[in-house]
Amino acid sequence: MKFALAGNPNCGKTTLFNTLTGSTAHVGNWPGVTVDKREGTYKKLGEKIDIVDLPGIYSLSPYTPEEVVSRNFIVDEHPDCIINVVDATNLERNLYLTTQLLEIDVPVIIALNMIDVVRQRGTTILVQELESKLNVPVVEISALKGEGIDAMMKKAYSCARVKRVGQTVIENKDLVNLIEKTKDEFAGKVSSPLFHAIKLIENDELEVKNHQDILADVKTMKNRIDTGDFAGDFEAVVADERYKYITKNFEKTIIRKNGEEKETKSDKIDKVLTHRIWSIPIFLVIMFFVFHLVFSEDLFFLNSIFGLEVSSKGWVNFFTGMGYEDLLAEALEAGEAFTGISIPSPGVFLQSWMGWLTGSVIDLVAGVLPEGTWYTGFIVDGFLTGIDSIFSFIPQVLLLFLFISILEDSGYMARVAFIMDRAFRKFGLSGKSFIPLLMGFGCSVPAMIATKTLEDEKERDLTIRLTPFFSCGAKAPIWAMLASVVAGHFLGDIFVFSIYLFGIVIAIVAAIIMKVFGKTKEVPPFIMELPAYHRPQAKNLLAHLWEKFKHFLYKASTIITASIILIWFLSNFGWAFWKGMVEIEDSILADLGRVLKVVFYPLGWAMGADGWKYSVASITGLIAKEDVVATMASLGLEEGTISLSNAAIYAFAVYNLFTLPCFAAVATAKSESSKKGFRVTIAWWLTASYVISLAVYWVGKLCELSWIVGLLVILVLIAAIVLVGLYASGKLKAKEAK
Amino acid sequence: MEKYLNEFLVNEEGKVKKIEAEGKIKRRLFDMGVTPGANIRLKKLAPLGDPIEVTIRGYELTLRKDEANKILMEVVK
Repeated sequence: MKFALAGNPNCGKTTLFNTLTGSTAHVGNWPGVTVDKREGTYKKLGEKIDIVDLPGIYSLSPYTPEEVVSRNFIVDEHPDCIINVVDATNLERNLYLTTQLLEIDVPVIIALNMIDVVRQRGTTILVQELESKLNVPVVEISALKGEGIDAMMKKAYSCARVKRVGQTVIENKDLVNLIEKTKDEFAGKVSSPLFHAIKLIENDELEVKNHQDILADVKTMKNRIDTGDFAGDFEAVVADERYKYITKNFEKTIIRKNGEEKETKSDKIDKVLTHRIWSIPIFLVIMFFVFHLVFSEDLFFLNSIFGLEVSSKGWVNFFTGMGYEDLLAEALEAGEAFTGISIPSPGVFLQSWMGWLTGSVIDLVAGVLPEGTWYTGFIVDGFLTGIDSIFSFIPQVLLLFLFISILEDSGYMARVAFIMDRAFRKFGLSGKSFIPLLMGFGCSVPAMIATKTLEDEKERDLTIRLTPFFSCGAKAPIWAMLASVVAGHFLGDIFVFSIYLFGIVIAIVAAIIMKVFGKTKEVPPFIMELPAYHRPQAKNLLAHLWEKFKHFLYKASTIITASIILIWFLSNFGWAFWKGMVEIEDSILADLGRVLKVVFYPLGWAMGADGWKYSVASITGLIAKEDVVATMASLGLEEGTISLSNAAIYAFAVYNLFTLPCFAAVATAKSESSKKGFRVTIAWWLTASYVISLAVYWVGKLCELSWIVGLLVILVLIAAIVLVGLYASGKLKAKEAK
Repeated sequence: MEKYLNEFLVNEEGKVKKIEAEGKIKRRLFDMGVTPGANIRLKKLAPLGDPIEVTIRGYELTLRKDEANKILMEVVK
């Protein structure tokens, strides 16, 4: 048997799903869309029952992929029973979806979730009354506390054996008449004729498209009905009927003890978190701590402020994943005494130990295999090193994700969107895209996964497209190395800072450009529930993280591993690959670099004898961005041997900032974007990086020749951008006016 | 007195008279319970003045002023 869970977002469906299915849950995508499909089994009834968790929706209209998926599943795949999860603390709006589900010819039972909270407030819901009104079983449950779950399943099980015919709550006589007649036309053609009939009357896009034959009749019938104030808007008439029914019948089923007007806990929290002045600073502080706990080498600045260091061998090994010997050797090489290290953040701590783990595995395997053979190279330097580069950032990615999930589960993320929306709308984004973009400073992979919360597909694609422009943690080593090269001329930290700033500015400009020249005129609506705050559930969080982890390994690792092995092959073999491995200078990759050098020539950094090396470094950077530095070092390009001009160095930095991110991020982008959006994204990254790098080099070159001319050109460029911006905003206004 | 929801002051309350939005936005408003007759109270404005937060049918809803400008209200208090 197959049961489907349906309900509004934030109704506790996920918690119920996890309670029902435990470890059997698995996640996939619905065919053709990026909406999560979660399935699992419930085993306590003798017969195994498949549970399908439909996405959280407010109605069965076809405006979001979630709605289409749920609707198609219920109407076409005939689950044996729908368990409609209803947030008992918010009955009125939740029952709106229920009135639609009842119209389908499938057994339905209603699970009044969060009944414990309702009771705590001293409120009683008259279940029998509800049952007799809705004509389907109603059970009280608390998914969180595990109350009433088995009873619910038993009831659903017995329900599933009895055929049910859809019913509607609509009472208006003319409308009922119309529905009956329309239903007759559908009879025999589709399952759930009542549902199709009402949707067609509502002028539902999908129905109109699929049932043109019936539409004409319905239109004539509609014309005979007087809809009063609604002026023939049947969508409004139907919605109105549903809500009328709900208010009329269910006010009586709720008995409130103490007036309810009391300020809720959420109201109190919101007084602080969405405060007119403090909300933004509070948000920034929260985000700062999230990043601090994931990426900082100096936890709570204990070292910088209080000078707290650990130096004993045991503790250093503990905090660095057995790195004491290496640190000692490093200090010795630099001619300094080893004094100690700062206590790292949990993220850095976990990353060190992950490094130790993968490093040990690689050493172990390398120790067993014979030295110098091609297959040792393949396994150790190709395959295992590839796996290592994926795993090395998993602890931080997951930790970052954990924090974001906590913020999301608690209900705070909806408030962030509320706070930030105004600032982001100008760029064709909504407040919701702020979090993913901000996460981009940490790592593009979780950032792109976080775009799942964006409802609008276009906005999701755009956000993914902009994410790599927010320089991620793995790019930092490139800036650090290049900064040390240019530091002789001007300050290194200004160089690094300017790179970050450049990324943000270009992201903003890019968003505006895409908004102006994009085909969509419509801004995605921002009509969103601010759910009541609640404590995040450890069980849900862990289930969520585990899903992400599996999803990532499964989806991304295949592409990543394959790409890494390919690059390993290209960099270790010459065209006559059967003759065995060669030094990187003689490899296929080096030759590719020499070819690409021609392409990159106008960008400045590919000029000169070393040009191919930079090309090669930007290719290996696709494995992981820090590999740019590693490759350059292995090709002999380090501080002191880099002979590029400042303009070329800056152009090189900018190129690496804007070009394709690492394979892991590319793979994530692929799985999170629409098909077409992904292709545009790839083209966009390649073009943007090339054009911007080109501009940076030649403007920089001019500046080197003559400051005045350079400055003039920069001013002209800025003026041009402003003019284009003004023109664009004018055009936009005209567009909106239409 | 009639006015649009975006012109409401904080704590002002009213009943929805008419939804003037179209397509996706209209549908979304209906789905969220913004239908003629529904009671709405303006709870607060976002720090930058937009969007707004309202209480409707016992829960908190946020929407932009652009969208609120399409909801005609009858002021109650």
